Amino acid sequence: MRYEKKRSASRRTVIKGLGAGLGLAAAASFPAPFVRAQSAPVKVGILLPYSGTYAKLGDAITNAMMLNIAENGDTLGGRPVEYIKLDSEAAPPKATENTNKLILSDKVDFLVGPVHSGVAMGMAKIAREEGVITIVPNAGADQITGPLCAPNVFRTSFTNWQPSFPMGKVLLDKGLKNVALCYWNYGAGKQSAQGFIDGFVPNGGTIVKEIGVPFPEVEFQAALTEIAAANPDAVYVFFAGGGAVKFVKDYAAAGLKDSIPLYGSGFLTEGVTQAQGAAAEGIQTTLHYADTLDNPENKAFRAAYKEKFGAEADVYAVQGYDTGTLMRIGMDAVGGDMEAKNDLIAAMDQADFASPRGPFKLSAAHNPVQNFYLREVKNGVNEVISVAYEGLADPAKGCTMG
Amino acid sequence: MDSVFLFIQILNGLQYGLLLFLIASGLTLVFGIMGVINLAHGSFYMIGAYMALSLTQLTGSLPAALLLGIPIALVLGYGMEGLFIVHLYRRDHLDQLLLTYGFILILNETQSIIWGDDAHGVPVPSWLDLSLPLTDTLSYPVYRLAVSGVCLVLAIAMYLVIQRTRLGMMVRAGESNREMVEVLGINIRQLYAFVFSAGICLAAVAGMLAAPIESVYPGIGEQVLIISFVVVVIGGIGSIKGAFVGSLLIGLAQVFGQVLLPEFSGAVVYALMAAVLLWRPTGLFGRA
Repeated sequence: MRYEKKRSASRRTVIKGLGAGLGLAAAASFPAPFVRAQSAPVKVGILLPYSGTYAKLGDAITNAMMLNIAENGDTLGGRPVEYIKLDSEAAPPKATENTNKLILSDKVDFLVGPVHSGVAMGMAKIAREEGVITIVPNAGADQITGPLCAPNVFRTSFTNWQPSFPMGKVLLDKGLKNVALCYWNYGAGKQSAQGFIDGFVPNGGTIVKEIGVPFPEVEFQAALTEIAAANPDAVYVFFAGGGAVKFVKDYAAAGLKDSIPLYGSGFLTEGVTQAQGAAAEGIQTTLHYADTLDNPENKAFRAAYKEKFGAEADVYAVQGYDTGTLMRIGMDAVGGDMEAKNDLIAAMDQADFASPRGPFKLSAAHNPVQNFYLREVKNGVNEVISVAYEGLADPAKGCTMG
Repeated sequence: MDSVFLFIQILNGLQYGLLLFLIASGLTLVFGIMGVINLAHGSFYMIGAYMALSLTQLTGSLPAALLLGIPIALVLGYGMEGLFIVHLYRRDHLDQLLLTYGFILILNETQSIIWGDDAHGVPVPSWLDLSLPLTDTLSYPVYRLAVSGVCLVLAIAMYLVIQRTRLGMMVRAGESNREMVEVLGINIRQLYAFVFSAGICLAAVAGMLAAPIESVYPGIGEQVLIISFVVVVIGGIGSIKGAFVGSLLIGLAQVFGQVLLPEFSGAVVYALMAAVLLWRPTGLFGRA
């Protein structure tokens, strides 16, 4: 927009002063459009929640992404960066309008967001049609890199299926063969449960009870009674945020913690162990990151994040940081030329780098192929016990690309 | 189902229902007697929960937090009525919805500014931090039973105040005919201010009592708001007795919906509401 305006304005002045013929010559001697575009800022549109339940996630992702680009001299492919932030409010009904605003009125070069899978579904459909390079830094809906996959859509987080799949084998190795499942009965919860089933049942495990709790209901007593009645070897759950705090505390208060071990997708104990207190101690979960991961990238990242924002980085921050890396890889490959979109996409597609979470590359469907770690809560911290699955890719069911 | 587990599930339902009653009774008072739809009712539940968090940290005990929190809630309710709600008595419900919805947004943002967006746990008082073993694997937290006990006591107290005292008589009279009560020389303004702050206080007390069970996190108020309205509608608008029966019904429906109809558990309470309204359009104890 800005570039177009400047250009037509200067052309008008030239024509006024020198006449049509000379004017044309002067216009030709102007810097070529590409060179001018290079000094114009790259527009990064960010659609993340900055209010409501997910505000903390939105802030962590934004902070870490900007930190990454700041480490690159606040440039992408040699061009300065302009951020356009929009509060998604984690509200799916507003996803279309917000996405359209960023793509059509602000004409962003990159679209980053969202946190909420419902928002992601609305956003991905438009991003596919408009072809804007989109990076999803959290929302785990399997569909985004499944049936809705597209060359211009990338994800730096996970699919809901991914963190649960490795746990099946972990439990079987421990000799826990009869497991009860309990999860919030909505998209993420169901996909997470499916991930666990896929890793557990084909290898000889049995699901003795499956309990879906209506989302976002947090009254778990009935479910806990059902679990006690089924008396399984172990319980695998998907809950996050306030629900995770409450489930873990209720589970301990019901006396089940001592008799039936509790396992979960990593979000069960991510960022909430302080609130869960002693009830969380000893719970094992699987996730693509842990604060305590011992690698140089993680240490450097956590130190830089803490120095700049005065807070501890978390898994969401890592996803934001890698969003920055992915953009840098693409823009460096084409020297900042957004016109060379196919080359840019190809470079991002081939990205292979050391992330704070460990080795990071993308599957053909543009979802991370990454390690999943078995972690255990010790003194309120998720300590890494082992790599539960190395380089796990999502099956990307329904994706016809690549 | 095993009879032991059946018994435990009934207990779960009743216990959840009693807590719902505490939240919904304040809503039905304000709605039924003053004709004000207070969408921000859940926000005061949220404020109660966060007060339990801060005041417990400050005083070191939940009962002390309750003693401090109740007057704060009364003052908040009194102030809100005197400054804002008072202008709405003669207006229609849409204006009330707009104002009280605005309050939800403002109070949520205030919560985010004061307490941040983290989830917090509130410790159960140590003398109640016990569990009663019910089966080999399952035990029941004593605190939940204690909360049920408090809810029952409050329900009985409310019933006695409304049915047996002069104040209760005025409240009931104000509900049926505002003008006549005024003509008889009763200060209806003061009566309304009292009812509104009592309603707010009930929501806040529910939030404070629930904090150790529910944990404290953003959006906690909206969770209870909708189900409270369902309780009020089932029980009959303005009826404390109705709110009591409605709460227990909803509690049991929720629990047994989850056990017997897991696929439809989210819809069971709404199906129950629809069925009750078809049978009795004004609710179980509502007056036409």
